[in-house]
Amino acid sequence: MGKKTFWEIIRPYVMIFPAMLGIFVFVIYPVFYLIRLSLYKYNLLNKAKSTFVGLSNYKQIFTREDFYVALTNTIVYTVGVVLITMLLSVIIALWLNKKGFFNGLVQAGIFTPHIISIVSIALVWMWLMEPSYGLLNFVLKSVGLPPSKWLQSSSTAMMSVMIVSIWHSVGYYSLIVLAALQSIPPSIYEAAALDNASKFKTFYKITLPLISPQLFFILIIMTIGSFKVFDTVRIMTGGGPNNATTTLVYYIYKFRTTNIGYASATGVVLMIIVAILTFVYFKVLSKRIHYQ
Amino acid sequence: MAFQLRYLWRALDFLIKAVVLIVFVFPFLWMISTSLQTLEETLNFPPTWIPAVPQWINFVEAMTAGPFLTYFKNSVIITVTIIVIQWAVMVPAAYAFAKYSFAGNKLFFSLVLLAFMIPGQVTFIPVYLMLADWGILNTLWPQIIPFMSNAFGIFLLRQFFMQIPQELIESAKLDNANEFKIIWKIMIPMSIPALATITLFSFVSHWNDYFWPLVMTDSTAVRPLTIGIAKLRETEGISNWHIIMAGNVVLVLPILVVYAFASKQIVKAFVYSGIK
Repeated sequence: MGKKTFWEIIRPYVMIFPAMLGIFVFVIYPVFYLIRLSLYKYNLLNKAKSTFVGLSNYKQIFTREDFYVALTNTIVYTVGVVLITMLLSVIIALWLNKKGFFNGLVQAGIFTPHIISIVSIALVWMWLMEPSYGLLNFVLKSVGLPPSKWLQSSSTAMMSVMIVSIWHSVGYYSLIVLAALQSIPPSIYEAAALDNASKFKTFYKITLPLISPQLFFILIIMTIGSFKVFDTVRIMTGGGPNNATTTLVYYIYKFRTTNIGYASATGVVLMIIVAILTFVYFKVLSKRIHYQ
Repeated sequence: MAFQLRYLWRALDFLIKAVVLIVFVFPFLWMISTSLQTLEETLNFPPTWIPAVPQWINFVEAMTAGPFLTYFKNSVIITVTIIVIQWAVMVPAAYAFAKYSFAGNKLFFSLVLLAFMIPGQVTFIPVYLMLADWGILNTLWPQIIPFMSNAFGIFLLRQFFMQIPQELIESAKLDNANEFKIIWKIMIPMSIPALATITLFSFVSHWNDYFWPLVMTDSTAVRPLTIGIAKLRETEGISNWHIIMAGNVVLVLPILVVYAFASKQIVKAFVYSGIK
């Protein structure tokens, strides 16, 4: 290795410059800007009239009931969607884990919603869940069950939104689990069969540990994704009825023009929650996961 | 007996799979059926499965309910421009991260990963205020430049570039190939699967995006198709589901057609990005 020329020294920096510029200007700087905004009572029309209010926005957050409603809704949504989707994904993957034309068709079918805009999906499901003329109530009535008000009642609205989210993503996650299952070498199962291990034991002792990296990945991606839920809520319920489906991002969205300082403080809280989740998952699960 | 039981099990297995398939595919068929019905047919009980006479006029009505040509044009311009800019930014960065050792390599790369973790739902307020200061809110740029650095793309491409053997690069250098030529003639052709995955991912997520255009735009002139379709519900009233579904078909059909022809490749690309 000879001496590096000046160009050779600066070349890598030149090459990463556009990418880093984008990240600094549109991610890192906005985070600091957000934190600053959260300490102000911001005047959208006249910036000069914005006043520094210290932590008052944060104090307001933790004393306002509607914030706790939004936080609780988000947690209920996240826990429900993540658990049910993961469970269904593993079941579907185990069940489709055989080659064959029909299995391929089912795979392509369950994956379809994932590439479709959530706008379309929300609209189709709103029509399906329409209380008087919708198809779901027709099905319920024809099998003798009472119809539901779905999105229009505060007791069922959150469940309805969750159904749509699960339907939207379960195909994608099933296929990830399926890919993980198919990467397990068959020789391992043959060894288990020689030992006369039961099906359940084989699953619990062999399959589950071997697919745990992918399950871990799904857990993180889905939890963070669920905490950001917005589109379905905005289109299907507008946060209602009676705030029953107002989630954190929708809450921030509601205040984004009327009270920028307060919305920013809530944004900081959301960011901290996401950071803690990521950190905790890495800490807790890194010990228990089998890495190949 | 055992034979019969296995036969029954097979039939049951098939039946459940068919039901699962219907649950996932039927809503789309229902959307298409509704889009071709009359208002009366949509309000029938029991529901109309197949419209008596296909009402193509619904599509005309949906598309004239707003400036849909503008929406469509905006969606195309935004998506294509994002993809082109992302390529230009991502390829040199991924190459530098993968093949050069320089002070700060690890640090800058961890910033890329950090950026991947911070969602637009957290940063949209400051970004909006910043772009307002720049005076570009009524152009398409607020929906394009914030996505110039695709953190996921840089990450995936770097992994790919790292697997390309160093000997290949060294021998190209002996042939007096410069860095540009190495990237253009060796790195890019050998990373087509990764680049295709990243591009597909970008296309689907920006064509379908709703949140970002919603919070960044104030005028119809710069809004994309997703916002236009969602707005149909306000302009068409709540009970005109046949018109809303017609608009919806227009938004979904391009992607469904592509998917019908290339579902295997698309699924593979998505799943690949998920397990790496």
